[in-house]
Amino acid sequence: MAATATTPGAPTSRLSKAATEFDDRLIVAGPVRRTLNKVFPDHWSFLLGEIALYAFIIALLSGTYLTFFFDASMVEVEYQGEYDPLRGVQMSAAYASALDLSFDVRGGLFMRQMHHWAALLFVAAIVVHLLRIFFTGAFRRPRESNWLIGVVMLVLSLLMGVTGYTLPDDLLSGTGLRIISAILLSIPVIGTWAHFAIFNGDFVGTEIIGRFYIAHVLIFPAILLALIAVHLLILVKQKHAQFPGPGRTEHNVVGNRLFPAFAGKATGLLLVVFGVCAGLAGLVQINPIWLWGPYNPAQVSAASQPDWYIGFLDGSTRIFPAWDINLPGDYTIPALFWPTVVVAGAMFTVLALYPMIERKLTGDTAAHHLLQRPRDVPVRTSVGMMALTFYFWLMVAGGNDVIADKFDISLNAMTWIGRIGVIVLPPIVYVLTYRICLGLQQHDREVLEHGIETGVIRRLPSGEFIEVHQPLGPVDEHGHGQLAYGGAPVPKRMNQVGGARRAIRGFFTPIEQPSAVELEQQGEGRGLAAGEASRELTSSGRPSDGGRPSDGGRPQDTRD
Amino acid sequence: MSTTNTQSDGPPADARTPDDRARVRRRSKQRRRVANVAGLLASLVLTGALYSVFAPAQAADDTTTESAAEAAGRELYENSCITCHGSNLEGEPNRGPSLIGVGEAAVYFQVHTGRMPLVRQEADAPDKPAVFSDEEIDQLMAYIQANGGGPTLPSGNLRDGDLAEGGELFRLNCASCHNFVGEGGALSSGKAAPSLEDANDLELYTAMLTGPENMPVFGDNQLSPEEKRSIINYVQSVQQQADPGGAGIGRIGPVAEGLVIWVVGVSMLMFGIFWMGSKA
Repeated sequence: MAATATTPGAPTSRLSKAATEFDDRLIVAGPVRRTLNKVFPDHWSFLLGEIALYAFIIALLSGTYLTFFFDASMVEVEYQGEYDPLRGVQMSAAYASALDLSFDVRGGLFMRQMHHWAALLFVAAIVVHLLRIFFTGAFRRPRESNWLIGVVMLVLSLLMGVTGYTLPDDLLSGTGLRIISAILLSIPVIGTWAHFAIFNGDFVGTEIIGRFYIAHVLIFPAILLALIAVHLLILVKQKHAQFPGPGRTEHNVVGNRLFPAFAGKATGLLLVVFGVCAGLAGLVQINPIWLWGPYNPAQVSAASQPDWYIGFLDGSTRIFPAWDINLPGDYTIPALFWPTVVVAGAMFTVLALYPMIERKLTGDTAAHHLLQRPRDVPVRTSVGMMALTFYFWLMVAGGNDVIADKFDISLNAMTWIGRIGVIVLPPIVYVLTYRICLGLQQHDREVLEHGIETGVIRRLPSGEFIEVHQPLGPVDEHGHGQLAYGGAPVPKRMNQVGGARRAIRGFFTPIEQPSAVELEQQGEGRGLAAGEASRELTSSGRPSDGGRPSDGGRPQDTRD
Repeated sequence: MSTTNTQSDGPPADARTPDDRARVRRRSKQRRRVANVAGLLASLVLTGALYSVFAPAQAADDTTTESAAEAAGRELYENSCITCHGSNLEGEPNRGPSLIGVGEAAVYFQVHTGRMPLVRQEADAPDKPAVFSDEEIDQLMAYIQANGGGPTLPSGNLRDGDLAEGGELFRLNCASCHNFVGEGGALSSGKAAPSLEDANDLELYTAMLTGPENMPVFGDNQLSPEEKRSIINYVQSVQQQADPGGAGIGRIGPVAEGLVIWVVGVSMLMFGIFWMGSKA
């Protein structure tokens, strides 16, 4: 060991010696350094997927706690626990253990509620993340594979939700299970077989809770975890896409390194997500199964709804006409088949294949690492909004009885509002979105050409009034800006180019002395007023020298 | 008659002369006549007495035996109800149903929950603050009960049933319209099953007994009085029960929960990541 001690750069501290020993055996220094140096763009919308990841982790941990006490059995027992209004009632062991979990296990109700809120948040965050990916074109080559994995994970999260919703075996979940059974039965040819394969007999049988349990706690989460790993590995391998902006090209990524800046942010976000889930779990009651009662196929309650992410299927079922197709020879395709199996199948197929569809339609097969703003791709944005409207309207239809009840509208009227809206609204939204996109683009071009509206009205010696614009860059002889339209955000207010001087730091409260900022800036000239004396007016009524905004525009971040 | 005569007025065996015999015959004929008249009179009196005992008396009582409460009730009825329910409780086509046979139970429910008098004809009679005072409601009940008959109010503690059994019966018979916990729900064509949140015991009982609006009648054959009391016990216990999990958000399940996760959960996190973005 004496030889190594003389080598240059040899480890001296105990920690670095240990690290060296470790690296000698596993050779990890290189990959770890590369990973820690990975750069993440710092736009807020890149954190949406992380919210989903953290919600999943919280659901995983809280769910593990629940498995210690939950008994996934359909054996009939007589409840003798803490909750008085159900004492002595016959119920399945699953429901009884879910009640015990809520009333007799220390922290059980909190964990159950956190699990459920985290699950709702998980799917919601996936949807929001998916919308960000869609509307910014982040799914384009080379990221189609990650898009596909994402869609599969979305479907898996829905299956996780459905199976989890069923487990407590209360009256609400049993009603949902009855609908699942009916959907399975509605599939032509294989329906009965599929039902028997899953339920091992007629509804409800004695197996289904146990089967859904193992799917919910082992099969689906295992697949999800594997897919999350692949999703993240592909993301690291392909590097992040980023929004266009100063210094950002197809060949670089501008942002923070994984360590320490991004790691700090990610940890912070994990704690924020955990805080929101824990806050909801402690303050807002979710799925009070003791109020629903044990499942009994003879009973059903008004306002039995699925969790929000299945609401669109409930809605499509509610508004679909009762069009049973009776075929010769006693065969029937029940109307239920279309709004559930067909609609859901079509929606997720189109979603999964969208990158390929778009590539086919636009002929754009190039690799893209710079994102697009939604306004710059009006057709895609409008198609997305149209699909979103369709989805949202189905979801509204899924709660139509609650809306009818709370707002005193006839349920029949709500059904027709759902039917007409789901056909009429998406095209209207398409047209509106398209116009808005074009309008936003046009305004960007307008600012690039003429500059920012300053709000200053000036009177010329001839008596003419002109409005003074602040050009964003050099101008030609007509006073028109020469910056090309690049798809990056364009400053629209003087404040964004330093018109109001540097912003005082601090999000909630100032973290620096406002007076110090003032002092610092007193010596500087202010945007327009600075060049006022020397400014010469052109014949078009515009300043002849476009001039850069004073002090180089936006408050600078050092990392840019 | 003849046997009586024979016994009492039979000719004596020792009557010797024809005169005597004639006299005896004459006298017995007289007696028979008197007895016949008396019998007729007696049977007439008996029939009259029986008639006066068994015959219905209301025709004669019409103006004389109405109690003060019934009279007051009649006045209220004629002011507020007669337009739709008719002058003899027979109902009016397309306006209101007959009240014959609905009983004081129906009057109590309809008037005490403010459903009657109706503001306007629509799909459903909404509950609203009662128009009549408790005393006036008693008077109306007396009037309708006296003139139409029907189910009467129960007495005693209406919550002395079995709690768990009440829950089972509630889920079986009531939840399909009134929701698991009595939050109510929509029915077809603008009709609705109301929330049971502020219903009192008697309203719950009389509603089951009389089946107001779109509700079916749960007569004592379908749900015995004990079962009704169990259901009332369950409904009121659950209403008063605190929500152990925090804010109840209407206790209507997934619709409200979905709203909360989007409006509260997702928007709080969006705020969080905007904040992080601004700290970058």
